[in-house]
Amino acid sequence: MKIIIKNGRIIDPSQDMDGIGDIHIENGKITKIVVRRNGETEKRRAGKTEGPNGKSVEGNAEGHSVAESPRQREIDAAGLFVMPGLIDMHTHLREPGFEYKETIKTGTAAAVKGGFTAVCAMPNTNPVNDNSSVTDFIIRKAIQEGACTVYPIGAITRGQKGEELAEMGIMFGEGCVAFSDDGRPVMNSQIMRRALEYSRSFNVPIISHCEDLNLSEGGVMNEGLLSVTLGLRGIPAEAEETMIARDIALAGLARGRLHIAHVSTRGSVRLVREAKERGMDITAETCPHYFSAGEKAVLGYNTNAKVNPPLRTEEDMEAIKLGLKDGTIDVIATDHAPHHRDEKLMEFDHAPFGISGLETALGLSLRLVEEGVLTVGQLVKKMALNPARILGLNKGTLRSGSDADITIVDLKKEFSVKAEEFASKGKNTPFDGWILKGTPVLTMCKGKIYE
Amino acid sequence: MLKDLVGIKDISKGDIESVLDTASSFKDVLKRDIKKVPALRGKTAVNLFFEPSTRTRTSFELAEKRLSLDVVNIAATTSSLVKGESLIDTALNVQALGADFIIIRHPSSGSPHLLSRHVRASVINAGDGINEHPTQALLDAFTIKEKMGGIEGLSIAIVGDILHSRVAKSNSYLLTKFGAEVRLIGPPTLVPRDLESLGVKVFHDMEGGLRDVDVVMMLRIQMERQDKGFFPSTLEYSRYWGLTAERLLKAKKEAIVMHPGPMNRGVEIASEIADSERSVILDQVTNGLAVRMAVMYLLGGVRE
Repeated sequence: MKIIIKNGRIIDPSQDMDGIGDIHIENGKITKIVVRRNGETEKRRAGKTEGPNGKSVEGNAEGHSVAESPRQREIDAAGLFVMPGLIDMHTHLREPGFEYKETIKTGTAAAVKGGFTAVCAMPNTNPVNDNSSVTDFIIRKAIQEGACTVYPIGAITRGQKGEELAEMGIMFGEGCVAFSDDGRPVMNSQIMRRALEYSRSFNVPIISHCEDLNLSEGGVMNEGLLSVTLGLRGIPAEAEETMIARDIALAGLARGRLHIAHVSTRGSVRLVREAKERGMDITAETCPHYFSAGEKAVLGYNTNAKVNPPLRTEEDMEAIKLGLKDGTIDVIATDHAPHHRDEKLMEFDHAPFGISGLETALGLSLRLVEEGVLTVGQLVKKMALNPARILGLNKGTLRSGSDADITIVDLKKEFSVKAEEFASKGKNTPFDGWILKGTPVLTMCKGKIYE
Repeated sequence: MLKDLVGIKDISKGDIESVLDTASSFKDVLKRDIKKVPALRGKTAVNLFFEPSTRTRTSFELAEKRLSLDVVNIAATTSSLVKGESLIDTALNVQALGADFIIIRHPSSGSPHLLSRHVRASVINAGDGINEHPTQALLDAFTIKEKMGGIEGLSIAIVGDILHSRVAKSNSYLLTKFGAEVRLIGPPTLVPRDLESLGVKVFHDMEGGLRDVDVVMMLRIQMERQDKGFFPSTLEYSRYWGLTAERLLKAKKEAIVMHPGPMNRGVEIASEIADSERSVILDQVTNGLAVRMAVMYLLGGVRE
């Protein structure tokens, strides 16, 4: 079937494109892209009742209208933003082993609902994705049941125990795009060095969960006055920062490719910025919750705000935004970590860490556009193009010939976060009830439409 | 009046005063030949203890009996928690059996707060993790008032493991609400500087911290802190932060010495001090009964 997305404002940083035009899709691939007018000009014209072609625009409140015929479908995207499908570098799909929290089916359904066309599945499943059989299982299951593309991330070490390297090469051959012991750091510096060295054979990044387990031991929230007054054990910012400093040093020694996961503190941003200024080939991500909510979200012992690394202070949130703005932080990833309701309905100490993030990520991130921290183009870069580049994927672009992974967003449409209506099994979010602006109205994965 | 008592931090000075006033009346009752009143006859209290406790549990149980409550004790080792039941389910079951009061002690901070949102019974925090121990602070305030005539304007030193002490935290909240100067004394590993923004003073030396204070409140030092590197040995701890007769000379002549118990004699407190006339440690225990009666009487349990 042929699909044409018409009259949308097309944002594609891979081609420095911001313009009004059409995208033609055939057999799941983008075949042609036609741009008629500069998008910025359009912005200045906004407010007039005229539509892009001089015709009046109808049905904008609802987003788009669709003209159907058996062989061709037209999607009217007038007034909407059309961008490469978002790619989440950091997702916990929980399958195999924790299907009561999430499955590949429900996790990818949440992804497309949130505007993502590809997600990277972290290996802390049961069994751990530390061998090609598990990698193969995830890929097969995703093809059978997944709404979007799933790229497995393999474990750095067997069983994520931090002791001996997992068979990275074989897993890479089977489809793993990066390696990480996410959820637990590789505490042994020698093993981490070897991982950074050995992974160069396949030119894949090592994604590091930076946390000094001795410093963070027993901690359940950010360490500071608030943790003392709540009587909760703290995780100091330094537990993250000392490990980032170590990993940057090791990446230099090993000349490996280091990607730092979920940066949450001001000091971490400073360390990454300084390393990049020295010309080091490292990349970093943060998550929407680290620039959207501070440690006060845990008041009242709200376990839905319990996440690792923990929500930090206002100053940290500002530093994260600055890091995104100046390019220190390359990627916004979700760290989607769904949990069962019963697990979060526990004593704060006993509830697991994690936020269900796929369905709020875009809305929270678009607040940065509203605040003037990022342009829409820069946001797309951090949520689609950069993840694709870091992982070596031929995605995150609308160039003709690429997979038709496209997200159409209504930037003006507000929605109220309703955790109970999440497609994800994990309803654990501290953003329940928040009003967010910017709704993905249509997600297309290789030509398949979800709306 | 409130439904629950989960902490001192978020309750008003007025609420605290009414507990202290009511406790005075109950203290008179406890001096009588017949020490029992029918105030809460027909109601039920469940003591849900997930940590070992003799002193606090006995005090609550006696206070409950003096109020004519029916009392059930549940200890963690005998409860279904070991079978994997969640805290909320345990509490809902206890409530379904007719509990009007749930007195909870739990190693996780915020557990009483969690319960209070899920049950109709009055929840009383008998110590949660490293957060609060509100009835201890109330009985300490009652004792200070009784001995010193008031709280406002007093200088009160709390010495020991402040970081892990729910007693120190509840007392700091209460005493600052009443206009006392609170000094927290201990090694930097156990007394976070951050606390100064709560309006208390932090000292790391006994000599400076104890100078001219009216009240010295010693905390129990837990042996396991030594293993976690908070200090090298109890011997060294006591050499620097133990209360000796010599150190007590720094305080005012009429200063009183308190301890929530159980004491480590010779570690945080010298026996000669603990047993001296300055010590009001046993008065604290007696007053605990009256204060806990007052709290339960005022909360009232489940109200239809």
